Amino acid sequence: MKRKRTLSRGDLIVALAPIVAVLLAFAAGAVLLLILGADPIKAYAALIDGAFGNQASLFRTLTRATPLLIIAIGICIAFRGGVINIGAEGQVFIGAISATAFTLAVGNTIPPLLFALLTLIVGFLAGALWGAIPGFLKARFDVNEILSTVMMNEIAVQLLIFLLSGPMLDPEQAEAGTRIPQSAQIPDGSWLARLAPPSQLNLGLFVGLAMAILVYVLMWRTTIGYKIRAVGLNKAASRYAGISVQRFVMLALTLSGGLAGLAGAVELTGITHRVVEGFAVGYGFSGIVVALFGRLHPIGAIPSAFLFGALLVGADKMQRTVQVPAATVTTLQGLIVIFVVSSDFFIRRYNARRKAREVTAAPTAPDISQPAPEAAV
Amino acid sequence: MNVGQVLAEALPLTFMFASPFLFAALGELFVQRSGVLNLGVEGMMLMGAFCAIYVVSPQGLGAGPVMGLLVAALVGGLLGLAMAVVSVTLQAEQGISGIGFTLFGLGLSSLLFRLLAGGVITAQGFGFQPAVIPVLSDLPVIGKIFFQQNILVYAAFALVPISTWVINRTKWGLQIRAVGQNPAAADSMGVNVVLVRYATVIFGGVMAGIAGASLSIAATPVFQENMTEGRGFIAVALVYFGGWSPFRVMLGALLFSIANNLQIWAQILNVQIAGAAIPPNLLIMVPYILTIAVLVFARQRRRSEPAALTKPFQRGEN
Repeated sequence: MKRKRTLSRGDLIVALAPIVAVLLAFAAGAVLLLILGADPIKAYAALIDGAFGNQASLFRTLTRATPLLIIAIGICIAFRGGVINIGAEGQVFIGAISATAFTLAVGNTIPPLLFALLTLIVGFLAGALWGAIPGFLKARFDVNEILSTVMMNEIAVQLLIFLLSGPMLDPEQAEAGTRIPQSAQIPDGSWLARLAPPSQLNLGLFVGLAMAILVYVLMWRTTIGYKIRAVGLNKAASRYAGISVQRFVMLALTLSGGLAGLAGAVELTGITHRVVEGFAVGYGFSGIVVALFGRLHPIGAIPSAFLFGALLVGADKMQRTVQVPAATVTTLQGLIVIFVVSSDFFIRRYNARRKAREVTAAPTAPDISQPAPEAAV
Repeated sequence: MNVGQVLAEALPLTFMFASPFLFAALGELFVQRSGVLNLGVEGMMLMGAFCAIYVVSPQGLGAGPVMGLLVAALVGGLLGLAMAVVSVTLQAEQGISGIGFTLFGLGLSSLLFRLLAGGVITAQGFGFQPAVIPVLSDLPVIGKIFFQQNILVYAAFALVPISTWVINRTKWGLQIRAVGQNPAAADSMGVNVVLVRYATVIFGGVMAGIAGASLSIAATPVFQENMTEGRGFIAVALVYFGGWSPFRVMLGALLFSIANNLQIWAQILNVQIAGAAIPPNLLIMVPYILTIAVLVFARQRRRSEPAALTKPFQRGEN
């Protein structure tokens, strides 16, 4: 009886820690806004109203949450495999631009639903390839994946601008001489169906939810997932158990990149229907925050993506109505990351104390606060 | 155009744009030598860059460049202190907390830029001006390269031998190295591990702030959102590249400065492929590709990596 109570208190701390962290971040953000002479109550009210105020804004929130969810699920895989993927942004670009090239090359020659499916697969594969590069470098040369994925982002940004202003420039733009860097519109056969016009909510949402379940099954119900997690928890023990650490590190980053690429293709086929300069900027970092806040679990990423989708949609409204710049959200995201990783300290301390108290340890609850990514390098 | 002219045009820029890398990387070198990885350099640079230009520009406070530099150092130091609390005291995972600080710095500098400066700010004519050294600056070619730079460039390069001396020849340096190699042993010898790490992480923040200022009130001198464009991360990579040695970090900084200014080099040298100028975006990519290449080859230097890098210290555990 007594043990049961302590266990549930431990679970409570694990569950509450990120929520407290977010509240603290918002409080710190409010102080910042106050110092800068903006009214934090008005700003946050506009933010909440913008995210949930009416049906249209709720749909916007869901639409915005979709790519974040898919990216975050991928980042969860990497984290669980002991690697940190900061490269989602680049992988999103590469996924989207490759999917664009594919649809433009193929045209409306394939039945619509199959066309959309193939386009998404192309996006996944392209993102996976872009993620496999830092994965290979990590596995083969022990290159710090945080640094290499940041560099891969910068390379992808430049590649994107180069393609959009030259080889893949919209012929209409070229003809009109305006040369706004954007691709041509993709054929409508590859578009994902809209669920509630005129809102942009589309089938992509279900792609995201399906991915959450699929990745959960992959990571917790298959040997591949078990091995990825084993490598993430303890490389030496995994090696001793005969698991090829290098292969699974690379696989984790490849899958992670694939999901980001898929997110890019979903954004393309569901919403934008073409790639423009500034496409999906900031999604990569947001995806990391979503993954962390969802406790690095694909199912946890669902409510987390919803929350951060709301934050981003609300920020637009906040910027429009009370003139508080949307950069506030980036600042808040930074604070949330800092507070969430710091809160692990209290969970660890709680667990350590409980262990000390109960020397006759019954099996302890799995410590999801500690995916233990051996920070890289 | 002859070679001499090319060098006279491009080399001064190479040295000038090496200074932000140098400040940030030398600071990070001390941080890593003590066993901490600060990946928040990028955010700290951005904050330093904005605060410096806001203090200096007549649009902002209109104080002198020295004041701007001091404020940038202070802001960087405060962020360093926060990073130290998170990574040393709370023992948070250093990769992720660093990303948190980068995001925070990126967001807050953009927010301040919008709210305080309305989205446009320049320090043209008010930042650090070239400090022309008499006589030496009149030397042909060399004079312009080495002796007509702003004072921050001289300072950055002067810090290279000073850093080497501090690390290898002073008691502080010994303590930093001991804490980075074997914190438990250092602790048992009476070195205050936590204090040493706080000191280096705060110092790293100060240097990152100065690195930002060396861009915004000396080299460019304007501010734009995310103007560092990954330079903070490159600075972290330079520490690996330099094998934790200040002199080799300096060589890396010069190399990356050249890579960062390839557009200028290509223009001066009039490089063409198939009769057309190389698309600028492909040139901008080069330093990032170079960083990855450098990280692959820096692997051989890994034996000089501080043994306790990224490992939090808890007395009685290791």
